[in-house]
Amino acid sequence: MFMRSTATLAALFFVSTAPLALAAEKPTDPQIAHIAYTAGTIDIEAAKLAIKKSKNKEIVDFAKDMERDHEAVNKQALDLVKKLKVTPEDNDTSKALAKAAKEEHAKLAKLKGAAFDKAYIENEVAYHKQVDSALETLLIPSASNAELKSLLETGLKIFQGHEQHAEHVAGMLK
Amino acid sequence: MRVPLLVPMLATALFASPAFAATIEVTIDKLIFSPASVAAKVGDTIEWTNNDILAHTATVKGGWDVMIPAKSKGKVTLKAAGAVDYFCRFHPNMKGHVEVAP
Repeated sequence: MFMRSTATLAALFFVSTAPLALAAEKPTDPQIAHIAYTAGTIDIEAAKLAIKKSKNKEIVDFAKDMERDHEAVNKQALDLVKKLKVTPEDNDTSKALAKAAKEEHAKLAKLKGAAFDKAYIENEVAYHKQVDSALETLLIPSASNAELKSLLETGLKIFQGHEQHAEHVAGMLK
Repeated sequence: MRVPLLVPMLATALFASPAFAATIEVTIDKLIFSPASVAAKVGDTIEWTNNDILAHTATVKGGWDVMIPAKSKGKVTLKAAGAVDYFCRFHPNMKGHVEVAP
């Protein structure tokens, strides 16, 4: 069942663990598209919050980069699913992602100043790490359409860059 | 003036700029400048072709700053000799290098 890989992926997103053995069941392309799009939207929302709240130039610049890139990738993803006539399909992984993001958003919204900056950038490091790992070990290998796979691979390159960028910004705050 | 037999080779350069300045092509693909290092002369133009779905820049600290929109091009004409490192402001781990001869 899909449930098993969903649980694996959900675990991957919420608990920082060593690379894990993947369940035999793979998400389908419509589910992968939904997961990828949801993950992008979450980071755009976090970026918007940071742009609004932070007074730190490095943080605001980083957040603007996140907003710009994830919007570009999500637009590309929408164009692709339209072209392939695939309807993204909501699933437990997407739901779990959205739920965790809502909690993180609420947590960040309460913070101010340097405490906000620190929590935001640390979450960005962790979040990109988890998304990159999910892309690498589950989403890319599971994608059956070549164009979807290629877009996910491009996304992985971009998000690995974000992860390094976030680590750099986090290092500067210390 | 008689144009030498190098016409096809020089056509692009002539079209883009006066004199015999060259245009040096750099491609951006999946957040990588390729070639990462190029040699040029003062007066030459560097033209970046961005194959990515993201906007990039080619930026020198205290120097030129070229916007290279997604699936588009950007260029700069080199005015000063010397070696410069450039990077993308949006993706600071993207790096390139230009050696500019006088």
